[in-house]
Amino acid sequence: MKILVSVKRVIDYNVKVRVKADHTAVDLTNVKMSMNPFCEIAVEEAIRLKEKGIASDVVVVSVGSKSCQETLRTALALGADRAIQVETEDGLDSLSVAKLIAKVAQEEAADLVIMGKQSIDSDNNQTGQMLAALLDYPQATFASEVVIENGEAHVTREIDGGLQTLAITLPAVITTDLRLNEPRFASLPNIMKAKKKPLDVKTPADLGVEVGSNVSIVSVTPPPQRAGGIKVGSVAELVDKLKNEAKVVS
Amino acid sequence: MSILILAEHDNKSLKPATLNTVTAATQIGADVHLLVVGFECQTVVEQASQVAGVSKVLVADNAVYEHQLAENVSKLVVDIASGYGHILAPATTTGKNTLPRVAALLNVAQLSDVIKVESADTFVRPIYAGNAIATVKTTDAVKVLTVRSTGFDAAASTGGNAEREVLSQVIASDRSRFVKEQLAESDRPELTAANVIISGGRGMGNGENFKLLEGVADKLGAAIGASRAAVDAGFVPNDLQVGQTGKTVAPDLYIAVGISGAIQHLAGMKDSKVIVAINKDEDAPIFQVADYGLVADLFDAVPELEKSL
Ligand SMILES: Cc1cc2nc3c(=O)[nH]c(=O)nc-3n(C[C@H](O)[C@H](O)[C@H](O)COP(=O)(O)OP(=O)(O)OC[C@H]3O[C@@H](n4cnc5c(N)ncnc54)[C@H](O)[C@@H]3O)c2cc1C
Repeated sequence: MKILVSVKRVIDYNVKVRVKADHTAVDLTNVKMSMNPFCEIAVEEAIRLKEKGIASDVVVVSVGSKSCQETLRTALALGADRAIQVETEDGLDSLSVAKLIAKVAQEEAADLVIMGKQSIDSDNNQTGQMLAALLDYPQATFASEVVIENGEAHVTREIDGGLQTLAITLPAVITTDLRLNEPRFASLPNIMKAKKKPLDVKTPADLGVEVGSNVSIVSVTPPPQRAGGIKVGSVAELVDKLKNEAKVVS
Repeated sequence: MSILILAEHDNKSLKPATLNTVTAATQIGADVHLLVVGFECQTVVEQASQVAGVSKVLVADNAVYEHQLAENVSKLVVDIASGYGHILAPATTTGKNTLPRVAALLNVAQLSDVIKVESADTFVRPIYAGNAIATVKTTDAVKVLTVRSTGFDAAASTGGNAEREVLSQVIASDRSRFVKEQLAESDRPELTAANVIISGGRGMGNGENFKLLEGVADKLGAAIGASRAAVDAGFVPNDLQVGQTGKTVAPDLYIAVGISGAIQHLAGMKDSKVIVAINKDEDAPIFQVADYGLVADLFDAVPELEKSL
Protein backbone atom coordinates (compact mmCIF):
# COMPACT_ATOMS: atom_id res chain seq x y z
CA MET A 1 0.00 0.00 0.00
CA LYS A 2 1.29 3.41 -0.92
CA ILE A 3 0.63 6.41 1.30
CA LEU A 4 0.88 10.02 0.20
CA VAL A 5 1.34 12.57 2.97
CA SER A 6 1.16 16.32 2.42
CA VAL A 7 3.23 18.68 4.55
CA LYS A 8 3.16 22.46 4.89
CA ARG A 9 5.83 24.85 6.04
CA VAL A 10 4.30 27.35 8.48
CA ILE A 11 5.29 29.76 11.20
CA ASP A 12 6.47 27.77 14.24
CA TYR A 13 3.65 27.33 16.73
CA ASN A 14 5.70 28.92 19.50
CA VAL A 15 6.35 32.16 17.63
CA LYS A 16 4.42 35.27 18.60
CA VAL A 17 2.55 36.36 15.49
CA ARG A 18 2.84 39.99 14.41
CA VAL A 19 0.84 41.78 11.78
CA LYS A 20 2.71 44.04 9.32
CA ALA A 21 2.37 47.75 9.99
CA ASP A 22 0.69 48.30 6.61
CA HIS A 23 -1.98 45.72 7.53
CA THR A 24 -1.47 43.62 4.42
CA ALA A 25 -0.28 40.37 5.98
CA VAL A 26 1.40 38.70 8.91
CA ASP A 27 5.09 39.54 9.16
CA LEU A 28 7.12 36.44 8.31
CA THR A 29 10.55 38.02 7.94
CA ASN A 30 13.18 36.33 10.11
CA VAL A 31 10.54 34.24 11.80
CA LYS A 32 11.19 30.61 12.71
CA MET A 33 9.34 28.28 10.35
CA SER A 34 8.52 24.63 11.00
CA MET A 35 6.41 21.79 9.73
CA ASN A 36 2.75 22.36 10.56
CA PRO A 37 2.10 20.31 13.75
CA PHE A 38 -0.85 18.45 12.21
CA CYS A 39 1.33 17.49 9.23
CA GLU A 40 3.94 16.07 11.65
CA ILE A 41 1.20 13.85 13.04
CA ALA A 42 0.28 12.79 9.48
CA VAL A 43 3.89 11.88 8.67
CA GLU A 44 4.18 9.96 11.93
CA GLU A 45 1.02 7.97 11.24
CA ALA A 46 2.23 7.01 7.76
CA ILE A 47 5.61 5.90 9.10
CA ARG A 48 3.94 3.81 11.80
CA LEU A 49 1.82 2.10 9.15
CA LYS A 50 5.02 1.36 7.26
CA GLU A 51 6.71 0.02 10.39
CA LYS A 52 3.74 -2.26 10.97
CA GLY A 53 4.18 -3.62 7.46
CA ILE A 54 0.86 -2.21 6.29
CA ALA A 55 2.33 0.46 4.03
CA SER A 56 5.17 -0.22 1.62
CA ASP A 57 5.89 3.27 0.47
CA VAL A 58 5.51 6.71 2.04
CA VAL A 59 5.71 9.67 -0.35
CA VAL A 60 5.56 13.24 0.99
CA VAL A 61 4.44 16.23 -1.02
CA SER A 62 4.58 19.93 -0.31
CA VAL A 63 3.21 22.80 -2.36
CA GLY A 64 5.17 26.03 -2.16
CA SER A 65 8.38 27.87 -2.86
CA LYS A 66 11.83 26.31 -2.70
CA SER A 67 12.01 26.77 1.06
CA CYS A 68 9.44 24.03 1.59
CA GLN A 69 12.13 21.55 0.51
CA GLU A 70 13.46 21.97 4.03
CA THR A 71 10.13 20.69 5.37
CA LEU A 72 10.19 17.81 2.93
CA ARG A 73 13.72 16.90 4.12
CA THR A 74 12.40 16.84 7.68
CA ALA A 75 9.70 14.38 6.63
CA LEU A 76 12.33 12.26 4.87
CA ALA A 77 14.45 12.30 8.02
CA LEU A 78 11.43 11.10 9.98
CA GLY A 79 11.14 8.10 7.68
CA ALA A 80 9.35 9.01 4.44
CA ASP A 81 10.85 7.38 1.35
CA ARG A 82 10.49 10.02 -1.33
CA ALA A 83 9.51 13.64 -1.65
CA ILE A 84 7.82 15.81 -4.23
CA GLN A 85 7.83 19.58 -4.19
CA VAL A 86 5.22 21.30 -6.31
CA GLU A 87 6.88 24.60 -7.00
CA THR A 88 4.51 27.56 -6.60
CA GLU A 89 4.43 30.85 -4.77
CA ASP A 90 3.75 30.45 -1.03
CA GLY A 91 0.28 30.90 0.38
CA LEU A 92 -1.68 29.38 -2.49
CA ASP A 93 -5.39 28.93 -1.68
CA SER A 94 -6.65 25.57 -0.43
CA LEU A 95 -8.57 24.64 -3.57
CA SER A 96 -5.49 25.08 -5.78
CA VAL A 97 -3.41 23.06 -3.33
CA ALA A 98 -6.07 20.34 -3.31
CA LYS A 99 -6.08 20.26 -7.14
CA LEU A 100 -2.29 19.89 -7.26
CA ILE A 101 -2.21 17.17 -4.60
CA ALA A 102 -5.08 15.38 -6.37
CA LYS A 103 -2.94 15.13 -9.52
CA VAL A 104 0.04 13.89 -7.52
CA ALA A 105 -2.13 11.31 -5.76
CA GLN A 106 -3.37 10.06 -9.13
CA GLU A 107 0.10 9.93 -10.68
CA GLU A 108 1.43 8.09 -7.66
CA ALA A 109 -1.63 5.83 -7.48
CA ALA A 110 -1.70 6.41 -3.72
CA ASP A 111 -4.02 4.12 -1.77
CA LEU A 112 -4.28 6.52 1.11
CA VAL A 113 -3.64 10.24 1.52
CA ILE A 114 -2.98 11.45 5.07
CA MET A 115 -2.92 15.18 5.78
CA GLY A 116 -3.22 17.52 8.76
CA LYS A 117 -6.74 18.67 9.56
CA GLN A 118 -5.69 22.29 9.44
CA SER A 119 -2.61 24.42 9.13
CA ILE A 120 -1.95 26.76 12.00
CA ASP A 121 -1.43 29.79 9.74
CA SER A 122 -4.56 30.04 7.61
CA ASP A 123 -6.61 27.84 10.00
CA ASN A 124 -8.87 26.79 7.13
CA ASN A 125 -9.47 23.12 7.89
CA GLN A 126 -10.52 22.32 4.33
CA THR A 127 -7.77 21.06 2.01
CA GLY A 128 -8.21 17.35 2.86
CA GLN A 129 -11.97 17.50 2.36
CA MET A 130 -11.53 19.35 -0.94
CA LEU A 131 -8.99 16.81 -2.13
CA ALA A 132 -11.34 13.94 -1.26
CA ALA A 133 -14.17 15.63 -3.17
CA LEU A 134 -12.03 16.27 -6.26
CA LEU A 135 -10.95 12.62 -6.35
CA ASP A 136 -14.42 11.39 -5.34
CA TYR A 137 -12.78 9.52 -2.46
CA PRO A 138 -14.34 8.89 0.93
CA GLN A 139 -12.84 10.85 3.81
CA ALA A 140 -12.35 10.58 7.54
CA THR A 141 -11.44 13.91 9.05
CA PHE A 142 -10.13 14.78 12.56
CA ALA A 143 -8.78 11.27 13.14
CA SER A 144 -7.68 10.10 16.57
CA GLU A 145 -7.27 6.44 15.65
CA VAL A 146 -6.65 4.65 12.34
CA VAL A 147 -6.89 0.91 11.79
CA ILE A 148 -6.39 -0.50 8.29
CA GLU A 149 -7.95 -3.86 7.47
CA ASN A 150 -9.43 -5.58 4.42
CA GLY A 151 -9.03 -2.60 2.14
CA GLU A 152 -10.81 -0.35 4.59
CA ALA A 153 -9.70 2.23 7.11
CA HIS A 154 -11.57 2.22 10.40
CA VAL A 155 -11.13 5.73 11.66
CA THR A 156 -12.15 7.20 15.00
CA ARG A 157 -12.92 10.88 14.62
CA GLU A 158 -13.03 13.66 17.20
CA ILE A 159 -16.38 15.36 16.73
CA ASP A 160 -18.15 18.05 18.76
CA GLY A 161 -20.25 15.56 20.71
CA GLY A 162 -17.51 13.00 21.39
CA LEU A 163 -16.09 10.30 19.13
CA GLN A 164 -17.37 8.72 15.93
CA THR A 165 -15.99 5.72 14.06
CA LEU A 166 -16.33 5.40 10.28
CA ALA A 167 -15.21 2.66 7.93
CA ILE A 168 -14.02 4.05 4.61
CA THR A 169 -13.01 2.09 1.53
CA LEU A 170 -9.54 2.78 0.14
CA PRO A 171 -8.41 4.82 -1.71
CA ALA A 172 -9.37 7.51 0.77
CA VAL A 173 -8.30 10.69 2.52
CA ILE A 174 -7.67 10.93 6.27
CA THR A 175 -6.99 14.17 8.14
CA THR A 176 -5.27 14.06 11.50
CA ASP A 177 -6.27 15.46 14.87
CA LEU A 178 -3.94 16.12 17.78
CA ARG A 179 -4.40 12.87 19.64
CA LEU A 180 -3.72 10.47 16.76
CA ASN A 181 -0.11 9.97 17.85
CA GLU A 182 2.91 11.70 19.31
CA PRO A 183 5.37 12.44 16.52
CA ARG A 184 8.97 11.28 16.97
CA PHE A 185 12.04 13.45 16.56
CA ALA A 186 14.44 12.87 13.70
CA SER A 187 17.78 11.38 14.73
CA LEU A 188 21.02 12.85 13.43
CA PRO A 189 21.94 9.81 11.31
CA ASN A 190 18.45 9.91 9.77
CA ILE A 191 18.81 13.61 9.02
CA MET A 192 22.04 12.80 7.17
CA LYS A 193 20.41 9.91 5.30
CA ALA A 194 17.48 12.12 4.31
CA LYS A 195 19.79 14.32 2.26
CA LYS A 196 20.30 11.43 -0.15
CA LYS A 197 16.65 10.46 -0.51
CA PRO A 198 14.98 11.45 -3.80
CA LEU A 199 13.21 14.81 -4.00
CA ASP A 200 11.47 15.64 -7.26
CA VAL A 201 10.31 19.09 -8.25
CA LYS A 202 7.22 19.58 -10.38
CA THR A 203 5.35 22.63 -11.55
CA PRO A 204 1.59 23.13 -11.76
CA ALA A 205 2.04 23.04 -15.57
CA ASP A 206 3.69 19.59 -15.30
CA LEU A 207 0.60 18.46 -13.46
CA GLY A 208 -1.76 20.23 -15.85
CA VAL A 209 -3.34 22.30 -13.11
CA GLU A 210 -4.21 25.95 -13.36
CA VAL A 211 -3.90 27.64 -10.00
CA GLY A 212 -5.56 30.84 -8.88
CA SER A 213 -8.32 32.09 -6.67
CA ASN A 214 -11.12 34.61 -6.68
CA VAL A 215 -10.47 35.50 -3.06
CA SER A 216 -8.39 38.56 -2.25
CA ILE A 217 -7.16 39.92 1.05
CA VAL A 218 -8.55 43.33 1.88
CA SER A 219 -6.62 43.70 5.13
CA VAL A 220 -4.95 41.81 7.93
CA THR A 221 -5.16 43.52 11.31
CA PRO A 222 -4.17 42.66 14.86
CA PRO A 223 -7.04 41.35 16.97
CA PRO A 224 -8.73 43.74 19.40
CA GLN A 225 -6.76 43.78 22.65
CA ARG A 226 -8.47 43.01 25.92
CA ALA A 227 -8.21 45.79 28.44
CA GLY A 228 -5.92 44.68 31.26
CA GLY A 229 -7.58 43.23 34.32
CA ILE A 230 -6.68 43.16 37.97
CA LYS A 231 -5.39 40.64 40.46
CA VAL A 232 -7.67 39.93 43.40
CA GLY A 233 -6.29 39.01 46.79
CA SER A 234 -8.76 36.37 47.88
CA VAL A 235 -11.67 34.19 46.85
CA ALA A 236 -13.98 36.50 48.81
CA GLU A 237 -12.80 39.50 46.79
CA LEU A 238 -13.21 37.54 43.57
CA VAL A 239 -16.79 36.62 44.37
CA ASP A 240 -17.55 40.20 45.38
CA LYS A 241 -16.19 41.51 42.05
CA LEU A 242 -18.12 38.94 40.05
CA LYS A 243 -21.35 39.82 41.84
CA ASN A 244 -21.09 43.57 42.21
CA GLU A 245 -18.69 44.83 39.55
CA ALA A 246 -18.94 42.44 36.60
CA LYS A 247 -22.46 41.36 37.59
CA VAL A 248 -22.03 37.96 35.98
CA VAL A 249 -22.89 36.02 39.11
CA SER A 250 -26.04 36.55 41.15
CA MET B 1 -30.33 35.10 -5.05
CA SER B 2 -31.16 33.12 -1.95
CA ILE B 3 -28.90 31.84 0.80
CA LEU B 4 -28.78 28.17 1.71
CA ILE B 5 -27.81 27.03 5.21
CA LEU B 6 -26.97 23.45 6.05
CA ALA B 7 -28.76 22.98 9.39
CA GLU B 8 -26.89 21.44 12.33
CA HIS B 9 -28.93 18.79 14.12
CA ASP B 10 -28.83 15.24 15.47
CA ASN B 11 -32.12 14.06 13.92
CA LYS B 12 -33.84 14.99 17.20
CA SER B 13 -33.31 18.70 17.63
CA LEU B 14 -31.97 21.69 15.77
CA LYS B 15 -28.63 22.77 17.29
CA PRO B 16 -28.17 26.37 18.48
CA ALA B 17 -25.22 26.97 16.10
CA THR B 18 -27.76 26.98 13.27
CA LEU B 19 -29.43 30.05 14.78
CA ASN B 20 -26.18 32.04 14.80
CA THR B 21 -25.63 31.06 11.18
CA VAL B 22 -29.13 32.32 10.30
CA THR B 23 -28.16 35.70 11.74
CA ALA B 24 -25.02 35.77 9.59
CA ALA B 25 -27.19 34.95 6.57
CA THR B 26 -29.71 37.70 7.29
CA GLN B 27 -26.80 40.15 7.48
CA ILE B 28 -25.76 39.08 3.98
CA GLY B 29 -29.24 39.98 2.97
CA ALA B 30 -31.28 37.71 0.79
CA ASP B 31 -33.92 35.10 1.32
CA VAL B 32 -32.73 32.43 3.80
CA HIS B 33 -33.41 28.71 3.28
CA LEU B 34 -32.52 25.95 5.75
CA LEU B 35 -31.59 22.51 4.48
CA VAL B 36 -32.31 19.67 6.92
CA VAL B 37 -30.58 16.45 5.86
CA GLY B 38 -31.12 13.48 8.14
CA PHE B 39 -33.30 10.53 8.96
CA GLU B 40 -36.57 10.59 10.87
CA CYS B 41 -35.86 14.21 11.61
CA GLN B 42 -39.40 15.56 11.60
CA THR B 43 -39.04 17.43 14.91
CA VAL B 44 -35.97 19.18 13.50
CA VAL B 45 -38.02 20.24 10.50
CA GLU B 46 -40.73 21.61 12.82
CA GLN B 47 -38.15 23.61 14.74
CA ALA B 48 -36.41 24.79 11.58
CA SER B 49 -39.62 26.17 10.11
CA GLN B 50 -40.18 28.32 13.18
CA VAL B 51 -36.81 30.05 13.14
CA ALA B 52 -37.27 33.76 12.58
CA GLY B 53 -35.91 34.94 9.24
CA VAL B 54 -36.11 31.62 7.45
CA SER B 55 -38.46 31.57 4.45
CA LYS B 56 -38.12 27.97 3.34
CA VAL B 57 -37.06 24.63 4.82
CA LEU B 58 -35.78 21.96 2.44
CA VAL B 59 -35.95 18.45 3.79
CA ALA B 60 -34.06 15.32 2.75
CA ASP B 61 -35.20 12.65 5.19
CA ASN B 62 -33.86 9.21 4.31
CA ALA B 63 -31.92 6.38 5.96
CA VAL B 64 -28.92 7.14 3.71
CA TYR B 65 -28.58 10.50 5.46
CA GLU B 66 -28.90 9.23 9.03
CA HIS B 67 -25.28 9.98 10.00
CA GLN B 68 -24.88 13.02 7.74
CA LEU B 69 -21.79 11.68 6.03
CA ALA B 70 -19.82 14.27 4.09
CA GLU B 71 -19.71 12.27 0.86
CA ASN B 72 -23.41 12.13 0.05
CA VAL B 73 -24.55 15.25 1.89
CA SER B 74 -22.09 17.35 -0.13
CA LYS B 75 -23.41 15.87 -3.38
CA LEU B 76 -26.97 16.61 -2.32
CA VAL B 77 -26.09 20.23 -1.55
CA VAL B 78 -24.37 20.60 -4.92
CA ASP B 79 -27.40 19.07 -6.59
CA ILE B 80 -29.66 21.84 -5.30
CA ALA B 81 -27.06 24.62 -5.36
CA SER B 82 -28.21 26.46 -8.47
CA GLY B 83 -30.13 29.57 -7.52
CA TYR B 84 -28.11 30.13 -4.37
CA GLY B 85 -25.52 32.90 -4.15
CA HIS B 86 -24.27 31.79 -0.75
CA ILE B 87 -24.05 28.41 0.94
CA LEU B 88 -23.40 28.46 4.69
CA ALA B 89 -22.95 26.01 7.51
CA PRO B 90 -22.06 26.47 11.17
CA ALA B 91 -18.31 25.95 11.77
CA THR B 92 -18.98 22.82 13.80
CA THR B 93 -17.22 19.52 13.16
CA THR B 94 -20.15 18.55 10.91
CA GLY B 95 -20.03 21.77 8.91
CA LYS B 96 -16.24 21.67 8.66
CA ASN B 97 -16.41 18.08 7.46
CA THR B 98 -18.94 18.63 4.72
CA LEU B 99 -18.80 22.16 3.36
CA PRO B 100 -15.26 22.08 1.86
CA ARG B 101 -16.43 19.18 -0.32
CA VAL B 102 -19.30 21.34 -1.52
CA ALA B 103 -16.89 24.17 -2.35
CA ALA B 104 -14.51 21.87 -4.23
CA LEU B 105 -17.32 20.30 -6.24
CA LEU B 106 -18.54 23.78 -7.17
CA ASN B 107 -14.94 24.80 -7.98
CA VAL B 108 -15.04 27.75 -5.58
CA ALA B 109 -13.20 28.75 -2.41
CA GLN B 110 -14.50 28.22 1.10
CA LEU B 111 -14.13 30.95 3.69
CA SER B 112 -13.81 29.21 7.05
CA ASP B 113 -14.88 30.45 10.48
CA VAL B 114 -16.39 33.75 9.40
CA ILE B 115 -16.91 36.05 12.40
CA LYS B 116 -18.29 39.12 10.65
CA VAL B 117 -20.17 40.01 7.49
CA GLU B 118 -18.93 43.24 5.89
CA SER B 119 -21.04 42.90 2.77
CA ALA B 120 -22.39 40.18 0.50
CA ASP B 121 -18.89 39.48 -0.82
CA THR B 122 -16.58 40.61 1.99
CA PHE B 123 -16.12 38.73 5.23
CA VAL B 124 -13.92 38.75 8.31
CA ARG B 125 -12.19 35.67 9.68
CA PRO B 126 -9.48 34.98 12.25
CA ILE B 127 -6.19 33.45 11.11
CA TYR B 128 -3.07 32.35 13.02
CA ALA B 129 -5.11 31.17 16.02
CA GLY B 130 -6.85 34.53 16.17
CA ASN B 131 -3.59 36.47 16.37
CA ALA B 132 -4.53 38.20 13.13
CA ILE B 133 -7.88 39.11 11.67
CA ALA B 134 -8.25 38.89 7.91
CA THR B 135 -10.86 40.71 5.85
CA VAL B 136 -11.32 38.88 2.58
CA LYS B 137 -13.32 39.53 -0.55
CA THR B 138 -14.50 36.85 -2.92
CA THR B 139 -15.78 37.17 -6.46
CA ASP B 140 -16.75 33.50 -6.71
CA ALA B 141 -20.22 33.03 -8.19
CA VAL B 142 -21.26 30.98 -5.19
CA LYS B 143 -19.81 32.00 -1.85
CA VAL B 144 -19.30 29.09 0.51
CA LEU B 145 -18.73 29.96 4.17
CA THR B 146 -18.62 28.30 7.55
CA VAL B 147 -19.78 30.57 10.34
CA ARG B 148 -18.31 30.78 13.80
CA SER B 149 -21.18 30.95 16.31
CA THR B 150 -19.44 33.33 18.68
CA GLY B 151 -19.40 36.02 15.97
CA PHE B 152 -23.17 36.30 15.67
CA ASP B 153 -26.16 36.46 18.01
CA ALA B 154 -28.65 33.64 17.75
CA ALA B 155 -31.73 34.27 15.61
CA ALA B 156 -35.02 33.82 17.47
CA SER B 157 -35.99 30.15 17.49
CA THR B 158 -39.67 30.99 17.12
CA GLY B 159 -41.76 33.51 15.25
CA GLY B 160 -41.01 32.27 11.77
CA ASN B 161 -43.31 30.29 9.51
CA ALA B 162 -41.29 28.86 6.66
CA GLU B 163 -42.77 26.89 3.80
CA ARG B 164 -41.45 23.35 3.37
CA GLU B 165 -40.14 21.51 0.37
CA VAL B 166 -39.37 17.81 0.38
CA LEU B 167 -36.32 16.76 -1.64
CA SER B 168 -36.53 13.43 -3.38
CA GLN B 169 -32.85 12.85 -4.17
CA VAL B 170 -31.55 9.73 -2.47
CA ILE B 171 -27.76 9.64 -2.76
CA ALA B 172 -26.06 6.66 -1.16
CA SER B 173 -22.64 6.81 0.44
CA ASP B 174 -21.31 3.43 -0.57
CA ARG B 175 -17.65 3.83 0.33
CA SER B 176 -18.11 5.41 3.74
CA ARG B 177 -19.93 3.59 6.47
CA PHE B 178 -20.91 4.61 9.98
CA VAL B 179 -19.63 2.12 12.56
CA LYS B 180 -20.28 3.61 15.97
CA GLU B 181 -20.44 6.70 18.10
CA GLN B 182 -19.48 7.46 21.67
CA LEU B 183 -21.26 10.63 22.59
CA ALA B 184 -20.74 12.38 25.88
CA GLU B 185 -23.87 12.47 28.02
CA SER B 186 -24.21 15.42 30.29
CA ASP B 187 -26.95 17.35 32.02
CA ARG B 188 -24.85 20.46 31.80
CA PRO B 189 -25.32 23.11 29.12
CA GLU B 190 -23.50 22.52 25.83
CA LEU B 191 -20.03 24.07 25.90
CA THR B 192 -20.56 26.31 22.89
CA ALA B 193 -23.94 27.54 24.12
CA ALA B 194 -23.19 27.98 27.85
CA ASN B 195 -23.33 31.36 29.62
CA VAL B 196 -20.75 30.28 32.15
CA ILE B 197 -17.82 27.91 31.63
CA ILE B 198 -15.30 26.61 34.11
CA SER B 199 -12.28 24.95 32.49
CA GLY B 200 -9.47 22.92 33.96
CA GLY B 201 -5.93 22.41 32.70
CA ARG B 202 -2.92 20.28 33.45
CA GLY B 203 -2.82 21.85 36.90
CA MET B 204 -5.88 19.78 37.84
CA GLY B 205 -3.51 16.84 38.20
CA ASN B 206 -5.98 14.09 37.27
CA GLY B 207 -9.52 13.42 36.08
CA GLU B 208 -10.83 12.78 39.57
CA ASN B 209 -9.99 16.35 40.56
CA PHE B 210 -12.34 17.71 37.89
CA LYS B 211 -15.04 16.95 40.50
CA LEU B 212 -13.86 20.14 42.18
CA LEU B 213 -14.93 22.08 39.09
CA GLU B 214 -18.26 20.26 38.98
CA GLY B 215 -19.10 21.64 42.41
CA VAL B 216 -18.67 25.20 41.12
CA ALA B 217 -20.38 24.37 37.81
CA ASP B 218 -23.45 23.07 39.66
CA LYS B 219 -23.80 26.36 41.52
CA LEU B 220 -23.32 28.51 38.43
CA GLY B 221 -25.17 26.35 35.91
CA ALA B 222 -21.90 26.20 34.04
CA ALA B 223 -20.48 23.93 31.37
CA ILE B 224 -17.10 22.31 31.95
CA GLY B 225 -14.21 22.79 29.55
CA ALA B 226 -10.55 21.87 29.41
CA SER B 227 -7.19 22.67 27.87
CA ARG B 228 -5.52 20.37 25.38
CA ALA B 229 -3.04 19.25 28.03
CA ALA B 230 -5.89 18.05 30.25
CA VAL B 231 -7.47 16.15 27.36
CA ASP B 232 -4.16 14.69 26.16
CA ALA B 233 -3.44 13.47 29.70
CA GLY B 234 -6.77 11.66 29.67
CA PHE B 235 -8.33 13.69 32.51
CA VAL B 236 -11.44 14.44 30.42
CA PRO B 237 -12.81 13.54 26.95
CA ASN B 238 -11.87 15.39 23.76
CA ASP B 239 -15.19 17.14 23.37
CA LEU B 240 -14.30 19.43 26.30
CA GLN B 241 -11.24 20.94 24.58
CA VAL B 242 -11.36 24.69 24.12
CA GLY B 243 -8.92 26.35 21.73
CA GLN B 244 -7.55 26.86 18.25
CA THR B 245 -8.23 23.27 17.36
CA GLY B 246 -11.01 22.56 19.82
CA LYS B 247 -14.14 24.56 20.48
CA THR B 248 -14.48 28.31 20.31
CA VAL B 249 -16.50 29.75 23.16
CA ALA B 250 -17.53 33.22 24.28
CA PRO B 251 -19.59 32.92 27.46
CA ASP B 252 -20.43 35.75 29.85
CA LEU B 253 -18.03 34.23 32.36
CA TYR B 254 -15.04 31.95 31.68
CA ILE B 255 -13.11 30.60 34.66
CA ALA B 256 -9.72 29.08 33.77
CA VAL B 257 -8.32 26.87 36.51
CA GLY B 258 -4.76 25.53 36.36
CA ILE B 259 -4.43 26.64 32.73
CA SER B 260 -1.28 28.52 31.71
CA GLY B 261 -2.86 30.43 28.81
CA ALA B 262 -1.01 29.22 25.70
CA ILE B 263 -2.03 31.14 22.56
CA GLN B 264 -3.75 28.02 21.24
CA HIS B 265 -5.98 27.95 24.30
CA LEU B 266 -6.63 31.71 24.27
CA ALA B 267 -7.73 31.40 20.64
CA GLY B 268 -10.79 29.53 21.83
CA MET B 269 -11.90 31.71 24.74
CA LYS B 270 -10.52 35.21 24.65
CA ASP B 271 -13.76 36.69 23.35
CA SER B 272 -15.48 35.72 26.59
CA LYS B 273 -17.07 38.71 28.33
CA VAL B 274 -15.43 38.21 31.72
CA ILE B 275 -12.40 36.00 32.24
CA VAL B 276 -11.27 34.72 35.62
CA ALA B 277 -7.96 32.89 36.06
CA ILE B 278 -6.93 30.83 39.04
CA ASN B 279 -3.28 29.81 38.82
CA LYS B 280 -0.49 29.47 41.35
CA ASP B 281 2.09 30.97 38.98
CA GLU B 282 1.71 34.74 39.05
CA ASP B 283 3.55 35.02 35.72
CA ALA B 284 1.21 32.64 33.85
CA PRO B 285 0.19 34.28 30.53
CA ILE B 286 -3.48 33.61 31.29
CA PHE B 287 -3.35 36.60 33.66
CA GLN B 288 -2.72 38.90 30.69
CA VAL B 289 -6.22 38.26 29.40
CA ALA B 290 -7.96 37.76 32.74
CA ASP B 291 -10.24 40.48 34.09
CA TYR B 292 -9.85 38.97 37.53
CA GLY B 293 -6.78 36.95 38.37
CA LEU B 294 -6.30 35.01 41.58
CA VAL B 295 -2.82 33.74 42.33
CA ALA B 296 -3.54 30.70 44.47
CA ASP B 297 -3.34 26.96 44.71
CA LEU B 298 -6.45 25.72 42.99
CA PHE B 299 -6.92 22.96 45.54
CA ASP B 300 -7.55 25.66 48.15
CA ALA B 301 -9.26 28.26 45.98
CA VAL B 302 -11.78 26.12 44.08
CA PRO B 303 -13.43 24.49 47.14
CA GLU B 304 -13.56 27.91 48.78
CA LEU B 305 -15.12 29.39 45.65
CA GLU B 306 -17.78 26.70 45.63
CA LYS B 307 -18.62 27.44 49.26
CA SER B 308 -18.89 31.19 48.75
CA LEU B 309 -21.26 31.04 45.78
C1 LIG C 1 -1.13 22.58 16.79
C2 LIG C 1 -1.48 22.82 18.22
C3 LIG C 1 -2.81 23.01 18.55
C4 LIG C 1 -3.17 23.20 19.87
N1 LIG C 1 -4.49 23.39 20.16
C5 LIG C 1 -4.85 23.60 21.45
C6 LIG C 1 -6.22 23.83 21.81
O1 LIG C 1 -7.12 23.78 20.97
N2 LIG C 1 -6.52 24.06 23.11
C7 LIG C 1 -5.56 24.09 24.10
O2 LIG C 1 -5.90 24.30 25.27
N3 LIG C 1 -4.27 23.89 23.80
C8 LIG C 1 -3.90 23.63 22.49
N4 LIG C 1 -2.58 23.39 22.21
C9 LIG C 1 -1.64 23.19 23.33
C10 LIG C 1 -1.09 24.46 23.96
O3 LIG C 1 0.03 24.90 23.23
C11 LIG C 1 -0.67 24.18 25.43
O4 LIG C 1 0.27 23.14 25.45
C12 LIG C 1 -1.84 23.79 26.34
O5 LIG C 1 -2.90 24.70 26.19
C13 LIG C 1 -1.37 23.78 27.78
O6 LIG C 1 -2.41 23.34 28.63
P1 LIG C 1 -2.42 23.79 30.16
O7 LIG C 1 -2.46 25.26 30.27
O8 LIG C 1 -3.47 23.01 30.82
O9 LIG C 1 -1.03 23.18 30.70
P2 LIG C 1 0.28 23.91 31.17
O10 LIG C 1 0.77 24.86 30.16
O11 LIG C 1 1.19 22.86 31.66
O12 LIG C 1 -0.22 24.79 32.38
C14 LIG C 1 -0.62 24.27 33.61
C15 LIG C 1 -0.84 25.45 34.53
O13 LIG C 1 -1.38 24.99 35.75
C16 LIG C 1 -0.83 25.75 36.82
N5 LIG C 1 -0.94 24.94 38.02
C17 LIG C 1 -0.35 23.74 38.27
N6 LIG C 1 -0.72 23.29 39.49
C18 LIG C 1 -1.53 24.22 40.01
C19 LIG C 1 -2.23 24.33 41.26
N7 LIG C 1 -2.15 23.38 42.18
N8 LIG C 1 -2.97 25.43 41.47
C20 LIG C 1 -3.06 26.40 40.54
N9 LIG C 1 -2.43 26.35 39.35
C21 LIG C 1 -1.67 25.27 39.09
C22 LIG C 1 0.60 26.02 36.38
O14 LIG C 1 1.10 27.17 37.04
C23 LIG C 1 0.43 26.21 34.88
O15 LIG C 1 0.26 27.58 34.55
C24 LIG C 1 -2.19 23.22 20.89
C25 LIG C 1 -0.85 23.06 20.55
C26 LIG C 1 -0.49 22.85 19.23
C27 LIG C 1 0.95 22.68 18.89
